[in-house]
Amino acid sequence: MFSEVLQNYSWQDTTDKIMSMTGADVERALAKNHLDLDDFMALVSPAAAPYLEQMAALSRHYTQERFGKTISMYIPMYITNSCTNSCVYCGFNRHNLFDRVVLDMEQIENECKAIRRLGPFENLLLVTGENPRVAGTDYLEQALRVCRPYFNNLTMEVMPLSAEDYSRLTHSGLNGVVCFQETYNRERYKVYHPAGMKSKFEWRVNGFDRMGQAGLHKIGMGVLIGLEDWRTDVTMMAMHLRYLRKHYWRTRFSVNFPRMRPAAGGFKPNVILSDRELAQLTFAFRIYDHDVDISYSTRECPNFRDHMLSLGVTSMSAGSKTDPGGYYTYPQSLEQFAVSDERTPAEVAEAIRRAGYEAVWKDWDKVFD
Amino acid sequence: MEKLIIGGREFTSRLFVGTGKFSSNRLMSEAIKASGSQMVTVALKRIDTANREDDMLGHILRPDVQLLPNTSGVRNAEEAVLAAQLAREAFETDFIKLEIHPDPKYLLPDPIETLKATEELARLGFIVLPYIQADPVLCKRLEEAGTAAVMPLGAPIGTNKGIVVKDLLEIIIEESNVPVVVDAGLGAPSHAAEAMEMGADAVLVNTAIAVAGDPVAMARAFAKAVEAGREAYEAGLGSCSRVAVASSPLTSFLD
Repeated sequence: MFSEVLQNYSWQDTTDKIMSMTGADVERALAKNHLDLDDFMALVSPAAAPYLEQMAALSRHYTQERFGKTISMYIPMYITNSCTNSCVYCGFNRHNLFDRVVLDMEQIENECKAIRRLGPFENLLLVTGENPRVAGTDYLEQALRVCRPYFNNLTMEVMPLSAEDYSRLTHSGLNGVVCFQETYNRERYKVYHPAGMKSKFEWRVNGFDRMGQAGLHKIGMGVLIGLEDWRTDVTMMAMHLRYLRKHYWRTRFSVNFPRMRPAAGGFKPNVILSDRELAQLTFAFRIYDHDVDISYSTRECPNFRDHMLSLGVTSMSAGSKTDPGGYYTYPQSLEQFAVSDERTPAEVAEAIRRAGYEAVWKDWDKVFD
Repeated sequence: MEKLIIGGREFTSRLFVGTGKFSSNRLMSEAIKASGSQMVTVALKRIDTANREDDMLGHILRPDVQLLPNTSGVRNAEEAVLAAQLAREAFETDFIKLEIHPDPKYLLPDPIETLKATEELARLGFIVLPYIQADPVLCKRLEEAGTAAVMPLGAPIGTNKGIVVKDLLEIIIEESNVPVVVDAGLGAPSHAAEAMEMGADAVLVNTAIAVAGDPVAMARAFAKAVEAGREAYEAGLGSCSRVAVASSPLTSFLD
């Protein structure tokens, strides 16, 4: 399990090592085909800032080599904002007072239909809060069965489950799971996640091993930028990714590094990541792992997304509502976070086309399940 | 240098050697000594297992040397398992180099029989080191089967061509959870150094030493090359930049 590997790494030592990287370390990393974790640290270090242009060229090269000139399109569907956790930065924190929604199966089907009217989406990301009592595995299983006829690929952003439950959900049509570790800083993790199941660091970080054991086709990982030193957090995630690749080699992986957006509760980010730094981080991941899917959501603004789509990003959402029922049932309910890119899916697809790329809506088929 | 551990045993030398093709047992013995190798493979078929005083074996055995019997000559998994059991009894070791090459001309390993045999041998408690094609997926399947290491070839055996499957070996080294030993095809010390610089955990050399003008000197040369290659790998190789900077900047939108 990954928690045992992680124990060998001190947060402070890792941070120190990143900060001590030099231009020579960056140049060495850029000259390699197969980068190790030290190389990744060099590429996310401040020493790499002057090499941004070279990193962009290399990132574009590797991305085109593996993915061609395409961007895979997906759309999230929030099915509940009921949550027993109290993550201090999240709008769905159980202490925030608002009417909680758990969509029923009819409502979920209406959302499916509304999404299909928005655009030719085939990749659906179902998002839930963590409340096993009202939205446990039975509920998730039903939701998947309702969505299955409308979409060829179903991914779910869901609390960590047991390997048995992941496996059960794959039999109901689940292709992939996304889970955000948020931060790999074990000590500080407790501060951000003081209560509920999410306060259990090991259960969460080892959830990825359980996903691998359950044989999921795709696993999505992520750290939330805004909590702890981003360079150290993404380095830990890079190590985690390499570990998972070595152990669950049949699985595809994606990484996300969302920047914290304004949300109910008013938590102020501890760390601000500039566009330049986010670009550096994106390039670093691509150069470190040529095959990983890098996803940009509508948290990012249109201009930034339009430029990055040819430099390393491989999947994007569009037209997203980050509140349950937002497409049809409750068009006015509370968002998990505020979106920055409010363009329609057709407008985003047009921007992709103008950049000389193709928006790919379908790259999976139900028959593979 | 970091130590190499296979089957719970620690190795300070990362050069494994073979014992075939030498012009005499005496020369072989001297070459092994000069190589500093601590892992020496010997074909079960070459040894008179009934005779405890076997001449060839007598020239190999040394306290710091792990004997690695190999199954050369078998054509399928079933024969390999029998051979391994015989070897375990005769040489009193769980180490086994699995070689299944039904093709007598090129001696190319059969991946399907090798996987089957590895599953069975691992189940029987053997420390299995299979000789295989440089096939990254096969390596992962062998890992799942319980292999102790993987031994992909650098080039067809006996060709001395060096590393002709570099891209595939790089993938194997990057993805592997078990030691990667480049076996077969290494014809010169520079080839061995190259494999070690790439991050291979060890190399196995036989022909290039056995048929050299002076096998003892060649064994010494390989030892130095392996050590140098490993040290270079651990030290972190310098860069030769191959990134061209675009004439129209890609990142100007960030200004």
